[in-house]
Amino acid sequence: MSSADVWVIGAAMTPFGRFADKDVLDLATEAALDALGDAGTTIRDMDALAVGNMYQADAHNAQRLQKQIGQTGIPAYNVVNACATGATAVRVAWLSIRAGEADYGLAVGVEKMGKMGLLGGAAKKRADRKVFTPSGRYGSVAKPEGLLGTGLMPGVFAQAGTEYALRHGVSAEQFAEVARKNHAHSVLNPLAQYRKEFSLAEITGAEMISYPNTLPMCCPTGDGAAAVVLVSDAKLRTLDPDVRRRAVKISASVLTSDPWTESAQVQPDVNTLTRAAADQAYEKAGIGPDDLDLVELHDCFATAELLHYDNLRLCEPGGAGDFISSGGPWRDGKTPVNVSGGLLSKGHPIGATGVANLFEVVTHLRGEAGDRQIEGARVGLTHVIGLASACAVHILERAA
Amino acid sequence: MTNQIPIVDYLVLGNPPHLRAHGCDACDALYLDRRNACARCSGRDFSSRKLSNSGRVRAFTVVHRAAPSIPTPYTSVVVDLDGGGAVKANLLDTTEPAEITPDLRVELTTFVVGTDDDGTEAVGFGYCR
Repeated sequence: MSSADVWVIGAAMTPFGRFADKDVLDLATEAALDALGDAGTTIRDMDALAVGNMYQADAHNAQRLQKQIGQTGIPAYNVVNACATGATAVRVAWLSIRAGEADYGLAVGVEKMGKMGLLGGAAKKRADRKVFTPSGRYGSVAKPEGLLGTGLMPGVFAQAGTEYALRHGVSAEQFAEVARKNHAHSVLNPLAQYRKEFSLAEITGAEMISYPNTLPMCCPTGDGAAAVVLVSDAKLRTLDPDVRRRAVKISASVLTSDPWTESAQVQPDVNTLTRAAADQAYEKAGIGPDDLDLVELHDCFATAELLHYDNLRLCEPGGAGDFISSGGPWRDGKTPVNVSGGLLSKGHPIGATGVANLFEVVTHLRGEAGDRQIEGARVGLTHVIGLASACAVHILERAA
Repeated sequence: MTNQIPIVDYLVLGNPPHLRAHGCDACDALYLDRRNACARCSGRDFSSRKLSNSGRVRAFTVVHRAAPSIPTPYTSVVVDLDGGGAVKANLLDTTEPAEITPDLRVELTTFVVGTDDDGTEAVGFGYCR
């Protein structure tokens, strides 16, 4: 334990799903109050608030949340950072504590997406286009989607997967097996958006969205929120023994963005920044991939999860296909991955995702995960990546 | 003769048609979009570079679900061009994943994608094996 350590003492999430009768503030309030209560604190103890939210970022939901649960005048940060939005909000609270400005920080991630359809597809319709006129940074005269390849999320992550497959020989069935695993895991998670197991044949035979990803290999859109309460090491020492016993240490908190690579000029490179984040996190925590008892990683599509086995060093270089075939990432395997059901089945309300995966790991490290508990879990890793690009990795350890 | 305009300004409708990039004078990084500076070395000076019409498939997908206006299935590829540069476009002559093998070689081709009210044709590009 060192004076610079930051701890999680409260964690909560709402169920993920589609909640027509709840708005962003209902969801954020529920998660925030549950996390504050879990920590034995109230909003009045908090020195900083960070709220991650993508699709209503200009609504300033941090302050709107304060207006529901307590306007105490503390710094409130509105955070948006693609699919790393929630994790970045956690880092804002973490940085506030590390900077010595806060003893307590509350981070909330929230999203209400409903049924948005294919993300990346909502390009604005051009004005009445009677005469071809070049516009934009590519001097384009027509929407490129479908004419110059695909930039929609299913296609982007499919291409990321086939790039790996062409190089290392991964089959469509191996990608599908990732989805079989996560859907099977989600059956044990009462907070998951879907809790239905599928056979491999059902997955490979489902509607093809963007090869090799079929429908159950793509995460759903949805609604939900999650929150964590962070505390400084000095403050933790003054708290109730029961709070200290359940405290979980943030052994590393890392955020990276894209370094320049040639192919990423036309197709996002989800690997380089993930590898950089993982390597920095392992070094800071003094922990290696073999030490991890569970991992919650960003399986927005089945293809993505497979790549991240390699990027997070959970398998031999180039060996991600073998890793899934060996059963390594199943809940009874070498390194359980996405025992929550992952984005594929637990759901992916974007702003909430990077906080919810901390909730999942914290809950296991406390031994409080019920039917889905990974027995004896002491160390876990969370990972999110959003196309901007932004990648966040956290390594968490239970109190000794 | 019909007027033609490229779908994007990095397609040059010469004979033969080809792609051009903005190359960083300092580090040779290549960009298809209008630039303010170089993301690799922060240089400010660029010159036009002609890219190769041939290359190898780095990544692909066959898109089955798309907006109603887009015919499916179609194949999207990322191509590493010979001599440098990468581009995303459609692979025009197959939608069969098994036919896309490691380092598949492809060549650029152009086609008319639409005509405006002045009769000007927009010309797109894609790749064939």
